[in-house]
Amino acid sequence: MKILNCPLNGPRNISEFACLGEVKTVPPPDAGTADWANFVFTERNAAGLVREWWIHIATNYVFIVDRDTLTEETIRTYRVNDPLLSQSLGPGGTK
Amino acid sequence: MTHPPGHRLPPPMGTLIERQAPLMFSFEGIRYAAYTGDTVASALTANGISVLSRSFKYHRPRGIVSLAASEANTLVEVNGVPNVFAERHILSEGDCIRGQNYLGSLSFDWNAWIGAFGRFLPIGFYYCSFFRPQGAWRFWEPVIRRMAGLGRVNVAAHHGYYDKAYLFADDAIIGGGAAGLSAAIAAAEKGRRVVIVDENPVLGGALNYGRVDADGMRAGDERNRLLARIKTFSNITILAGARCEGCFADNWLSIVQRQRLYKLRAGRVILATGALEQPAVFRNNDLPGVMFGSAAQRLIRLYGVRPGKRAVVLTANDFGYGVALDLADANVDVVAIIDLRHGSPGGVMKSAAAARKIRIDTGAAISEALGRGTVRGVRVVRIEPDGSAGAAFETINCDLVCVSVGFAPNLALAGHAGGRLVYDAQTAMHLPTNLPAEMAVAGSANQHFDLDMAIADGSRAGRGPQGAEQFAGDHSAYGVTHPRPLFPHSKGKEFVDFDEDLTVKDILDTIASGFEDIELLKRYSTAGMGPSQGRHSSVNTIRLTARARGKSETDIGTTTPRPPYSGESFGVLAGRSFDPVRRTPMHHRHLDAGAQMMVAGSWLRPAYYGKTQEADNAIVKEVTSVRSGAGLVDVSTLGKLEIRGPDSPEFLNRLYVTGHLKQPVDRARYGLMTDQTGTIVDDGVICRLAHRHFFVTATTSGVDAVIRSMYLCNAQWQLDVDITNVTAAYAAVNVAGPQSRKILAEVCNDIDLDKDAFPYMGVRVGHVANVLARVMRVGFVGELGYEIHVPAGCGEFIWDRLLDVGRKWGLIPFGIEAQRILRLEKGHVIVGQDTDGLTNPLEIGMGSTAAAKPFFVGGAALNAHAQRGLGRKLVGFKVEDGSLMPKECHLVIEGGEISGHVTSCARSAAVGGIIGLAYVRPHQSEIGENFTIRVDGGRLVSARVVTLPFYDPTNERQKL
Repeated sequence: MKILNCPLNGPRNISEFACLGEVKTVPPPDAGTADWANFVFTERNAAGLVREWWIHIATNYVFIVDRDTLTEETIRTYRVNDPLLSQSLGPGGTK
Repeated sequence: MTHPPGHRLPPPMGTLIERQAPLMFSFEGIRYAAYTGDTVASALTANGISVLSRSFKYHRPRGIVSLAASEANTLVEVNGVPNVFAERHILSEGDCIRGQNYLGSLSFDWNAWIGAFGRFLPIGFYYCSFFRPQGAWRFWEPVIRRMAGLGRVNVAAHHGYYDKAYLFADDAIIGGGAAGLSAAIAAAEKGRRVVIVDENPVLGGALNYGRVDADGMRAGDERNRLLARIKTFSNITILAGARCEGCFADNWLSIVQRQRLYKLRAGRVILATGALEQPAVFRNNDLPGVMFGSAAQRLIRLYGVRPGKRAVVLTANDFGYGVALDLADANVDVVAIIDLRHGSPGGVMKSAAAARKIRIDTGAAISEALGRGTVRGVRVVRIEPDGSAGAAFETINCDLVCVSVGFAPNLALAGHAGGRLVYDAQTAMHLPTNLPAEMAVAGSANQHFDLDMAIADGSRAGRGPQGAEQFAGDHSAYGVTHPRPLFPHSKGKEFVDFDEDLTVKDILDTIASGFEDIELLKRYSTAGMGPSQGRHSSVNTIRLTARARGKSETDIGTTTPRPPYSGESFGVLAGRSFDPVRRTPMHHRHLDAGAQMMVAGSWLRPAYYGKTQEADNAIVKEVTSVRSGAGLVDVSTLGKLEIRGPDSPEFLNRLYVTGHLKQPVDRARYGLMTDQTGTIVDDGVICRLAHRHFFVTATTSGVDAVIRSMYLCNAQWQLDVDITNVTAAYAAVNVAGPQSRKILAEVCNDIDLDKDAFPYMGVRVGHVANVLARVMRVGFVGELGYEIHVPAGCGEFIWDRLLDVGRKWGLIPFGIEAQRILRLEKGHVIVGQDTDGLTNPLEIGMGSTAAAKPFFVGGAALNAHAQRGLGRKLVGFKVEDGSLMPKECHLVIEGGEISGHVTSCARSAAVGGIIGLAYVRPHQSEIGENFTIRVDGGRLVSARVVTLPFYDPTNERQKL
């Protein structure tokens, strides 16, 4: 079982976490239906670097994970207000 | 029966047996004697029995090969349990052992004829032969399965007790041989918590049975020294008789010890898993009596069993000479040592063997083992300069052939962890590469075969950290393993894989069929797919493939080892079953009152109060009591959340379809929640207790998802709110019915219960029976009613007090079944029953005012739904009295097509007749429209759309 490093709780078994999907740019409330549909239904599902929302279930702590879906490596985990989040994820990654 | 005198050796041989404690067991129905500590395999050998099983395909007699529980040859049935390794099962008095995979008896298998037809069973035979005509496989499969397969499942077996345990270690050391023990000592000296896992009953590995010097004394001395040192550490835990079956991500190990599965998380894993002896490939190399040198040594040292009378040793290294010396010491007549090497270098062992006048033939090989049932002799050939077998020059009679031609480092666990095994042409063995950072390999698994080197390598790994110095190769690996101990015979039957009965020809045919990639070759030929998982066949398969394809073994690569390492029983995997349920604080009151409990989400709730055979009457009685007097229902299972902070109105307003920004203090509002796709996910009551404080209820089974979505949303919005799940902190009851105000008044004097002072959808905080309570006037069941939330510890007390004071007003408890009818009469939906994974608020007649809100989760989707128009609507319906009763999920049929379905249906006394909710097409949804429901048996029932709610359409009663 993999270990994920929660910014609040430290390294814990992956079974204590749930993935809540990719970090995506939320359209403004008055955006058109097409933009909203794209936001709601389209996932990049990238083979490579991805940035995702995760939650530590026992403590309901939500944070952000950069990981590589090809190598199964966790690159880094962030608190949601981590200034490092403004940095790009690199080629092909979500920002 | 007594022990045949010639088969047991005097002490100190037999370190694992207790000679003063004899026992009896039976094999194939015949009783034999053994000692406590004997395994099935050692006891049978001591009794002169060498055939333990019949092979998988050709039903050839098979016996001991490794005595290390790593191949299918020794699988037997023990007391009705199939597929037990004969060398792993330690005998108890009265054990009943049977061989497997034969028809008739083990010594005469009627199915052995199939061996004579081996050439008609080419590789891929099953794939190629039985698939035509269509359906043929269905006929042949049971026939083939009866012939093949291993063991019989005893369907009458009793349930065993299996459990799981969790372990943590700084360093997990797999293998307790010289390297593993040295690693453990080095790690423990640094203060780390160490767990040693070893599949044998005692630690020491090859030191327990091997010979590392000419005198044969040093191995035991070293073992005693290391074990004595191990005992001095309190931070070393020993798991003996335990197999590490898998090594998963981040050093998560699965370890099976008898009927327990350990899940061990280790900081570092050190694989000191040793090396597995490898067979030489010659004709009839599977005959019982042909075994590894190490197997003979185990029999001698561990069990005090003389493995044979006349032995031939086939070797290509110094270890084989050690085996010959051990055999000679055990009073076995060593007729010859056949050394594959030309002009083999002389080590101390060889000199010692020569000094004992044992005949040594170098540059020679065995081309064929002779005998039926057991080995009777070998044919010896010269090895030609190209490595192939030349003409036979001699036949030697013997009843034991010990093979010591090389090893394969046991690196399966490294493979589980993602390591890659690379063939090292210099040593003819695989090296582990690409290991995870916190994993090291030590000892002979890391190609250190000299004892001093193995101990030093273990200490290095134990001290850590590892890295670049992973493999500090030493000379002791050179010349240990013969690069190609393959001697194909013109008449075949040179087995490469004993489990699957694969010969050289089978492998070559597979390559000729085009399956030359090693992974494809494995799957088509099934080489390495049997119980031994290629432990004794993989390397020779690679060598054969390399030779056939004219490539190097390094280029051929390897197959990928995967868990489990050896095999786990279903019992171990299943373990004990846990079925956790949650009980409300009033649980025992419900039981005392005769409630039938039902599962709701993870909770147990009362369905109704009364005997099951009187369920209908009980439910009707409860419904009537609520409508005419009063009822009390336990709603403690509701999800309960506290939302506090300056932004809490804004937060709830964004989260719910309904509006909460301007919700007045002391007022409750219905809350409806959708997800981003506009689908209804939950509903509840949102109470504003103070300007910055809301108390929110959610559905019993939805609250966990609601909480999760709240935290996710606020991670993005960063509003100044605090969200707390207080579901378990509060018990809650609903007093409902026209008499409920009078009942509450009996126990509540600091809340003004006047209908104007405390109106419908009002919220108050006060004392109920002197318990601080949150009281809200809500009307889920459509009567005057109060939902009372108190600290969970007071739940039972409040329940008792209310029933006590309410008795004179006719108050009785009611269950979920009654509540479902009551709410249906009011047309209230239950999220998850009347809504599904696609229902949007517009379909159930809500959310039309939401468009005015600037933003809420699902708002954009709801707008899109509104623009596109609805595909269905939820309507209330009645069916004619006397019709068949529709049930939930019955379909609405229009013109022979499905146009909707029923979500709720019940017989209502208050409304009179059968009422229900159903999804129908929009054009069917007008009041007075008729539609058709297909009920059980395919009968059609006519239903009419009616106004909701069915009961009390002007909602007077809840506002009394």
